Amino acid sequence: MNDTRIARLVKARKSYGAITALDGIDLDVHRGEILALLGPNGAGKSTSIALLLGLHRPDGGTATLFDKDPQDIDARRRIGVMLQAANLPATLKVGELLRLTASYYPEPRPVTECAALAGITDLLSRRYGALSGGQQRRVQFALAMAGRPDILFLDEPTVGMDIDARQSLWVSIRQLVSEGCAVVLTTHYLEEAEALADRVCVIAKGRVVSEGSVDALRAHVSLRRIRCVTSLAIEALQAWPDVVSVDTKQGRTVIATAQAEAVVRRLLDADPGLSELEVQRAGLAEAFQEITRDTEALQEAA
Amino acid sequence: MSTIESTATPAMTAARVIAAYVEEARAECLRYLRNPGFLLPTLLFPSVFYVMFGIFLAHANSADAPRYLLASYGTFGVMAPGLFGFGVSLALERDTGLLTLKRALPMPPGAYLLGKMCMALLVAAIVSVILLCLAIFVAGVQLPAWRIGGFFLLEVLGVLPFAALGLLVGTLVKGQGAPGVINLIYLPMAFLSGLWFPLPVMPAFLQAIAPLWPAYHLNQLALSAVGLGQGGEALHVAVLAGFTVAFVAIATRRLRRHG
Repeated sequence: MNDTRIARLVKARKSYGAITALDGIDLDVHRGEILALLGPNGAGKSTSIALLLGLHRPDGGTATLFDKDPQDIDARRRIGVMLQAANLPATLKVGELLRLTASYYPEPRPVTECAALAGITDLLSRRYGALSGGQQRRVQFALAMAGRPDILFLDEPTVGMDIDARQSLWVSIRQLVSEGCAVVLTTHYLEEAEALADRVCVIAKGRVVSEGSVDALRAHVSLRRIRCVTSLAIEALQAWPDVVSVDTKQGRTVIATAQAEAVVRRLLDADPGLSELEVQRAGLAEAFQEITRDTEALQEAA
Repeated sequence: MSTIESTATPAMTAARVIAAYVEEARAECLRYLRNPGFLLPTLLFPSVFYVMFGIFLAHANSADAPRYLLASYGTFGVMAPGLFGFGVSLALERDTGLLTLKRALPMPPGAYLLGKMCMALLVAAIVSVILLCLAIFVAGVQLPAWRIGGFFLLEVLGVLPFAALGLLVGTLVKGQGAPGVINLIYLPMAFLSGLWFPLPVMPAFLQAIAPLWPAYHLNQLALSAVGLGQGGEALHVAVLAGFTVAFVAIATRRLRRHG
């Protein structure tokens, strides 16, 4: 059997003092895929990456990289990393940083090729400390791919970038993936996951609470939201068929339903004075909110 | 499970591993030589002190003063690259995520610390050359070539115990607090080891505890190198080696445990 899993967490646990960061998480990264890890702050995304990079050892369960311990340097010679907070030496030039990082790998990408891929060719002779935040992120991305990695870990790669810079980074990421490189991405920007990811894992409270394609995740919430200003009572609306839930937010009634058309027709019939009507399909943002809220409700109920 | 994944790894040849160590040392040296906040005080303090006390005010002292002060300020001068180059940079880099990134990257083990060590040795060599030039060409100190060579070698290697002490402090203190802590070690130790005032003019109690400080032993060796020693060189070397091994052992244990 051809196993395509190149990085794995199996029932991995990790606590920092009294805080449980990972609570028996299972995670597989397959060759050549882009996996996005989503979840609220403190959910365990960065800890998952730290275990896969060998920065920490799991308290229980296992972390493996290419079937090896991530602390084995041979396994790490096939990875590239871009961490959330890493202040690189400000007095080194970009070309020197690339040359240094490339020296750690057996068959690195030439410096000029890295620079071209990351769009930093004009920055090579500048000192890192003199660059803007967005330029520094691009340099960090260039460093991440310097070793021709088989898997790239990107922790919040586009924080601090403007929209143009973000989209050009997405293009570079897709190009690497087309060469067969897998990418593990954590992000706060849902449109980033929607634009890039083959697969999305939603992590909450140290576990994977949902996993699937972006479309599957969106379908997870097949609901649409109807927002309007209406005089109809919430209790009455809740009794209608197909209505899943009713809320009021800032003076508006918000109805969640899978049958938006039927409900809207009935609403307009029942309340001629209805105004400010809006119908929204759930995006990844809603799907994500819905999933984490469900998990929290479940855990509170338990 | 397929084994293709593990066999497909291109091998890291010995030559490339060595090249990685060299690149790390090169990068570490470059970044500090370009950092005036580190380099200027490190080079200027000992040389300015030497010019003031060893040259301009030397006539008030004995004829041996320029030679004696070459040893004292030489010792003082090589403490800084060790203590600051290791202690402050390690404390900051543990705080700012650079060390975490290096640990995640396939950097060969020890390259990070070896790189810093090369930088400290290089800066110590520069300090020693400056002081030797001032002593020989400005103060007119007469030393045979073998003494000059011996002094240079001693001061360059003499940075190692202080690099080890800096390493230890860098693992204990994190972030911006490190320069303060290092100064609290650096300046009192220089004074208590007799680098600013000769020990014989200091209170008996301070003279008695002087052997507790690594700088005292390096200074005794430096005095021997310029021909003003009082013997016991083997003991001083052993004590310095002992300090170095102990500091490194504690530091690596802490680093392994806490990262």
